[in-house]
This record gives sequence, C-alpha cells and structure tokens, in this order.
Amino acid sequence: MNTDTIAAIATPMTNSGIGIIRISGEEALNIIAKIFKPKKKKDIREAETYTAHYGYVYDGDQMLDECIVLIMKGPHSYTAEDVVEIDCHGGVVVMKKILEAAVRAGARPADPGEFTKRAFLNGRIDLSKAEAVMDLIHSKNNFALNSSLKQLQGVLGDKVVSIRKKIIHSVAFIESALDDPEHYSIDGFADELKEDILDIMKELKYFLDHADNGRILKEGIQTVIVGKPNAGKSSVLNLLLGEDRAIVTSIAGTTRDSLEESIQINGIPLNIVDTAGIRETDDLVERLGVDRAKSLLKKADLILYVVDSSVPLEAEDTQISVLIHGKPTIVLMNKSDLKPAIDAEDLKIRGFENIVQISAKEKTGMKELYGKINRMFFNGKVSFNDEIYITNVRHKNAVSNALDSLNLVLNSIEKGMPEDFFSIDLLDAYEQLGFIIGESVSEDLVNEIFSEFCMGK
Amino acid sequence: MKYIEEEYDVIVVGAGHAGCEAALACARLGMETICFTVSMDSIAMMPCNPNIGGSSKGHLVREVDALGGEMGKNIDKTYLQSKMLNQSKGPAVHSLRAQADKKMYSMEMTKVMENTPHLTVRQGEITEILVEDGKIVGAKTYSNAIYHAKAVILTTGTYLKARCIYGDVSRNTGPNELQAANYLTDSLKSYGISMRRFKTGTPARIDRNTIDFEKMEEQFGDKKIVPFSFTNREEDIKREQISCWLTYTTEETHQIIRDNISRSPLFSGAIEGTGPRYCPSIEDKIVKFPDKKRHQVFIEPEGEYTSEMYVGGMSSSLPEDVQYAMYHSVPGLEHAKIIRNAYAIEYDCIDATQLKPSLEFKKISGLFSAGQFNGSSGYEEAAAQGLMAGMNAARMIQGKEAVVLDRSQAYIGVLIDDLVTKETFEPYRMMTSRAEYRLLLRQDNADLRLTKIGHEVGLIDDERYESLLKKERQIKEEEERLDHVNIGANKEVQKLLESMGSTTLKSGASIKELIRRPELNYTALAPIDPERPVLAMDVQEQVNINIKYEGYIRRQMSQVKQFKKMEKKRIPEEIDYEDVGSLRIEARQKLSKIRPASIGQASRISGVSPADISVLLIYLEQMRYRR
Repeated sequence: MNTDTIAAIATPMTNSGIGIIRISGEEALNIIAKIFKPKKKKDIREAETYTAHYGYVYDGDQMLDECIVLIMKGPHSYTAEDVVEIDCHGGVVVMKKILEAAVRAGARPADPGEFTKRAFLNGRIDLSKAEAVMDLIHSKNNFALNSSLKQLQGVLGDKVVSIRKKIIHSVAFIESALDDPEHYSIDGFADELKEDILDIMKELKYFLDHADNGRILKEGIQTVIVGKPNAGKSSVLNLLLGEDRAIVTSIAGTTRDSLEESIQINGIPLNIVDTAGIRETDDLVERLGVDRAKSLLKKADLILYVVDSSVPLEAEDTQISVLIHGKPTIVLMNKSDLKPAIDAEDLKIRGFENIVQISAKEKTGMKELYGKINRMFFNGKVSFNDEIYITNVRHKNAVSNALDSLNLVLNSIEKGMPEDFFSIDLLDAYEQLGFIIGESVSEDLVNEIFSEFCMGK
Repeated sequence: MKYIEEEYDVIVVGAGHAGCEAALACARLGMETICFTVSMDSIAMMPCNPNIGGSSKGHLVREVDALGGEMGKNIDKTYLQSKMLNQSKGPAVHSLRAQADKKMYSMEMTKVMENTPHLTVRQGEITEILVEDGKIVGAKTYSNAIYHAKAVILTTGTYLKARCIYGDVSRNTGPNELQAANYLTDSLKSYGISMRRFKTGTPARIDRNTIDFEKMEEQFGDKKIVPFSFTNREEDIKREQISCWLTYTTEETHQIIRDNISRSPLFSGAIEGTGPRYCPSIEDKIVKFPDKKRHQVFIEPEGEYTSEMYVGGMSSSLPEDVQYAMYHSVPGLEHAKIIRNAYAIEYDCIDATQLKPSLEFKKISGLFSAGQFNGSSGYEEAAAQGLMAGMNAARMIQGKEAVVLDRSQAYIGVLIDDLVTKETFEPYRMMTSRAEYRLLLRQDNADLRLTKIGHEVGLIDDERYESLLKKERQIKEEEERLDHVNIGANKEVQKLLESMGSTTLKSGASIKELIRRPELNYTALAPIDPERPVLAMDVQEQVNINIKYEGYIRRQMSQVKQFKKMEKKRIPEEIDYEDVGSLRIEARQKLSKIRPASIGQASRISGVSPADISVLLIYLEQMRYRR
C-alpha cells in the first residue's frame, strides 16, 4: 500500500456556506488528532467509523475554525483507506489554512483526481469506463454531456476511424510496393498521396479550429454584462436567468469577488459573470475600477452591452465602448418599449455590429439574442448534434500531433524522398489519431486518466 | 535393441540452414554438440531458390553475421553474382542478394561443420525425443541409439512427414526426393506439442543448353561488390560474376494454367497444408492477379558446374505435362528440357506460440526449435532462428539468461517476436514492412547494432570487437568534426556543385547542409573538405546516412522509445488471466495460451484489442499498488 497520506480541499474554492477538507491515507487519523480538538475530550483516533465529531481545528496554538469532523475508516471508505473529512465554514482563507495545517501535520497535497485514483487502485470503484466518468464530472451542461456521450458512441470516433483507414491504406500500398515491386507499381503514388494528405489535413484542421467551440460548449461562454447605471443590466440578467434555464449553479468564478451564474439557453451554455452585487446603482467600472474591469473583460468570450435606448448616449457609454473595443460584443438596446432617443446607427458608428432590440420589461428580443450568440459562436449551426467538437485536451493534442506528422510527410514528398520514408511519419499520424479512439494505448494510461480529474475528487 | 551411444551437451536435429547455425553456435560456445542429418550430402542444402538474401532477408544474413553466425561468410565464399537491391529507394530497404553456387555452398558449409571443434556431424534420423519431468534428456535414432543431452534443438525443416506433389502424383519424400522423417512428429505429439501442416513449392530446373537466351534480358551483378560478412572486404571476395536472365510469362502461359487449374492439387484439395502467400506459385499468381498480362520469370544458374537453371517466379504443383506446356510458352524456353520437376511439398511443423522468445518450448525445458519447423519459410529466416536457438541452448546449459533481441534491435527480433506471438497460418516470410523501425535496422549497420551482443555472448572474437569499437569511434569523431566544417561560396566549390547538378551557393553553408541535398553525399564532397581524414568506405557510409536522414532517424528513435516503454511493462509470469476482470473471452484465452512476457508483446497478439490492453495495464497497476 502506498503509505503517504494526501489532503485537499474538496469543495470549490469559493466563499460559500460550507467547505470540506478531505484527508486520506494511513496517517489520516494521526493527522486529524494533531490538528483537531473535539468538544468531547476523547481521542479521535479511537472514534468509531462513520461518526461525526464537533470541535475546533487548530494550527499549532492558533484556532482556525469551528468544525465537524467525519471519520470513515478503511476499507469501507471512498478510497478504501482511512478518510477524514473536515466540514468547516466555507471561507476560502479558512479552508486554505486548514489544508496547510493538515499538510504541516504530515499530509501531502493531493494531485488532481488522486482520491479517485486511490479508490480505483484499491479496487473500490470499477473504472473500466473511467474516462466517461471523468467527462461526466467535467460536464457542466447538457450539450457537453451529449458531446462526451457522442465521443464514446463514436461520432468523432467514426471520423477518426475513416481518416486512419485512409492513412493505413496508403502505408499498406507503399509497403506492398516495396515487398512486391513486380505487382504493385509505386510510380506517381507520391502525387496521389499528397492529395490524400491535403484532404486529411483539411479535415483535421477543421477539428482543431472547432476545438475551441468544444471548449466553450464544455465550459460555457464566459459572458460579462456591462452598461451604465440604469441601463437595465439587472433586468436583462434576470430575464436571462429566468427564462428557459436548464441548469443554474453557482460555481467558482475567476475571482474571489465575483460569481458566475451558469445557465443554459437552447443548449448554449453561458457563464454570466455576476459581478457580485452590481445592481442598478453599481457600475462595473465605478465599483471595480478600470483595471479590474479590464481583466474581467479580457477573460470574457462574450460581452453583453446594455444600452438604454430611450436616452441619448453619454460620456459613460464612450468610456465603455473604448473598454470593450475589439471584443465579441452584442449590444442590447433595452427599453425598446419606450420612445427611442437613439437608433442602431448611433451604435454602428461606434463600431458595434451585433445589435439587438430588446425590452426587458416586455420580455421581447430574447430570441434574436440567442440567434446572434449561436451565429457568433457556432457559425449558426444551432443543431450541434452532428458536429464534431474536440472537447478533450488530450484529443486536441493528438490531432495537432497528427497534423505535424502529416506535414512532415508533405515535406518528404516535396523533397523527393523515396517512398519508404513516408511510412515513418504516416504511421506516427496513425498512432496519434489512435489515441482518440483508444486504438493506441499509452503505457501511462492510469495516470493519464486520473490527471484529468478535479482537485480533491 | 536400445543402447546408449554417447553423452552430449546439445543435440541438433537437422543440418539445414537453421541446424548448421545452431550446431556451430553451440560448439563455438564450448558445448559438446552432435548434429544429425538424414544425409551427409544435404548439409546446408538449398532445395529451392539458388540465392541468399534479397529484400529484408539480406538484412537477416547480415545480422546473423554481425552476431557471429556462418551464413554470410559461406555465401561470400560461394556466390556467383551479387546485387544490392532497391538502390533507388531509401537505405532502409537496400537489400543484398547473392546468387549461390548451391553445391559449393553446401560443401563449404560441410567443411566448416566438420572442422569445428566440439562439433560432431552424424548421418541418422532422430525418431524420438526423450523427456523426463518436463525436461529434455536426449533423443533416439532410427537405429535405436540413445543420445543423452542437456538440450535438443529441432531444425527439421520440411522433412517431417514430408510429401512432394505435382498434379496427381505424390510421393512421401522430403525435398529433392530425399528420405522424409516420418516418426518424430508422433513423439513430439506424445509430449503435448501441437503440430500443423504447411506447404511450400519450388519451380522446375531446366537445362541451360536448351534455353534461347537471345529472347531474354541479361541481368548482371553489381560492379561494386558488398560482402555479406562484415569480416570481408570487397577485394577479398571479388570474382567473375555469372549472369541471370529475365523473361516473362505470356497470355498463352496464363491460358494453359487456367485450362488446367482443376488439375492443380492446390485447387483440387489434394494439398491440405497452407502455402505462403508471399511466395506464391505461378497458378496462385494467375488467380490472384487476373488482369496482369505477364509475370516476371528469372532464369538463374544453380551452380558453376551444372547445367541446371532455376525458373524463378514459376513454382508450381501442376502435373508434369502441364509444366512442360507452360514453360514452353515462355519466350526463350520454347525448347527447354526439364531436369527436375516443379513440385509442392507438405510437411509438419509447429505453431511457434508454443515457444518462448528464446525459442525454448514453454512446456519442455531444454527443448528448442528453429527454422521451417517453427513455421517460417526461407533459408535466411531459418539461419537467424538457428543461431538464436543455438546461442540460447548453450546459455541455458551455462545457466545464463537467454538473449532475446527486440523489434527495435534487429530483423531477427521482429522475426522471432512475430513467430512466438502471432499465430501464423502460413509459412512466415520476412519482409521489410514487418519491421516498424526499419530505418534503424539497416543492413549497413547490422554490425553496429549487434556485434557487441555477439561479443558478449562469445561468438565474436576480441579482434573483431576492437575493430567495431574503432569504427564506432571514427563515425562519431567524423560527425563531430563535420559540425564545424563550413564551406565558402568559392570557385572550386561552385564548380563541384555544378558538376554534380546541384545549385550553387549564394553564401557560405555548412557541409552538413550540402550532404543533405538529395544529389550530393558525404563522399562526393571530399574535394572541398581538405581537412577530411582518410576513412574506410563503411565508415563514410554511416556518416553519410546519419547526416542525410538525421530527422527521420531521430523520429524513428522516438518511436522506439515509446515502444520500449510498453516492452518494459513486464507481465508477472504467475499472472492468472481469469482474475483480470473485463477482459474479453477471446483475449483471455489468447493471453492464457501465449502468456506474453510484456504488455508490448501482449498488444501484438491478434485477438487482443487495445481495450484489453488498457484493462491489463490497469490490472497491473492495481497489482503493483496493492503489493
């Protein structure tokens, strides 16, 4: 048995109601005994399995938090090792301090997915479908869920299979001609091969170009709503949140002071950055300062710029326009139910192309908004179902490596190398693509699978 | 009446190309060795084509030589013509092939066998192997003599229950109507060895004096002779070469064959053995390539002192009368007289997955086998296995670990790994396409790859080893020197480049860049590289290849690195595949049967899918973790 004991924060790194620090390994009980003082003064190491204990966590003499400690002894625990969970108050700072205390007491910070890996290696869970499990964990929305299922079922698989077939066919031909030159003539084959490879490369490049769409689908479109006070940002937000939403979860945002609302509209996942508490009176720029706003906007995939169309544009609008210049933006001309003071032309002059008239009050214009988002991010292909997106970093790498190898084949053809040299790089491409569909197996499979798990899982 | 004849360390059963290498290797490693042959006149006999080497087989011969085997030296002594094939292709597929004087080849090998210390050659047929407690203890001859030994190497070639067939005529004889060995099969079966039946074939031999060479294209040997053996230099073996001749089958030939195909024992079902797809008979070719208007026919001399000519490309098992008709339809052969008929031959051999990669039987310790008996075809494949089986039998007796070459080290490694891992259902022929890392496994660098191993084993003497080290050093030093050689765009340089049809320089360039140009090479650039030391041709060749194909070589090496990772994942011998959940039934059966030594080997078993390999990897990881 691996002897070291691991610890990690198992809940999102966000200020929430509760946070869990998980410790697993032979030393788990000794470690908790060092940092936890139960209210009932007895040795926590003697505690029965599956019991909860109330008390305080300390780092040395310093009391960190008031906690509940759960004891789950191996082999009947998640990892089949002794597991201790510390339920504390969910502040980020507190969680970190408790983790540090555990580490000082002898634990090692866990690698991503290490708890699951241990569970698996100890025979606790059957992970013959480990990668699917991993993808389910990663999936935040229905489409991504669908997409990982599809990958398993083989839409991407089918494509890769057919490309690999083409490659191996070329290799087989070269090899036959080498082994039996009397019956297989290789004259002129290089030109044929070049055409084939260019076709294949086109297909692979398409995958890669859409790989980011894949990411967006899996992780959601990072969306920031901007606009001057009273433009109607919160009503727009509420409208988005209130309508057709499939999943609403609060997940860790990119910063400590903002949360994302993860919503899904017609299959399109949006992570709307709800800049904590910014409402009617709080302007993004005003509250966070230009730098903060810039950094938020930098990470955004989409900006929804809410304009009050019933009043003329002001200096603040100019300030915002400058700030979001060059970012994918949709201007929402709100309050279309009122008498307009500006029209779309006023915004086009400022460089905005995507303009939608809405009325948060009347709940109109949403359909147009979704249409625009769809066009901007998915080339208008509403039905993603038949599209193949590469959502897995590993897959993306494999495709990119295959492209590199095919490029080398093209170089060889260009240089007029003898045909037997083509096989080397063709087979590399073949092998790389095999990783996507599991036809190629890396000796480091186990680590590879678990390295994609989340921290603390 | 049984009696004990003698005690030996090793008994070799058969003195063909596998048997000779096996016996010589054992004797040279100090083992008291006896080699049995059904006829003293058939030692190292070449019952089929009169040549050694050829595409990928040439690689095997050079590897055998690099490890201290005999085949390369023997063909260098007895060749009639020598050719480096595929010179228009990359260096990986350059292959050496030599026409052999068959009689001389056999006689020279007999001489070596007879004069090697610790080696006894004996005419006699082995009818039984003797096994006690799963361990070989000796063998018995037809004359009931018992020979005790610590190891037995079976190299029976095509002799076991052999049957020769042409048309509706068949005889129970070995090749060339030699006595077949009809008893050993049953003895092997009684110890649980499973046998299979393969077939192969050979074309007719015709009388040189009845051939009209005017109608054929003469095929000359190369002007520059590359010896098979790394111990020979060109000048050591240079001699007058004898030509081969090229002609073609005609529409008429094809028609004759089609008209008589029903009389072919292959198609009528009279032959049960499976033949080699890659060495097809002429009737196979007509059936397989119906659109092909003609097939090549090579007329090759069988020796200097015989009129017999081999009709390469037209092996057949058709009846004698059809053979006459079809040969006569080939331009130049209109009046040809047949000296020996073409025939197919069937024989017993084994499924080599019963062997470990050392070529020792998994079930019977001390019993080794090599050559056609293992399901391969070809002299070179046989010699390669014979050498390894001999080496490993000796090492077993000496209590040393077996030498197993892997697929990234040698064609021999590919050959043996394929044989013991993949069930082959036809005679296995070596091909360059079978070697994944062939750019590294070139015929020109076999010594650099393997001679150190040969030395360590004890089959390569110190002198040869020292000269290898020197070669290695010279290559390295010269490559390092060239790193710093820059060529200015001066008159002399431009003139040389122009004369070689190469673009002139605009500014200075490194000499390595110039070597990489397709039309240039290391040797050609000597005039503009005044500091260059005097180096032997083979050193120059290595320097040239290493520079010219650097990128490709580097990429193959990284493929090898990946491959080695899988080979290094050893599967514990005691593994119980029944205990591995989620393996598919077929995979479970195959793995239990073949019991691969590594994940790499497991992945090459047909019927074991990548998913099974994943399951296996995960299982091993769990085992390792729990331990």
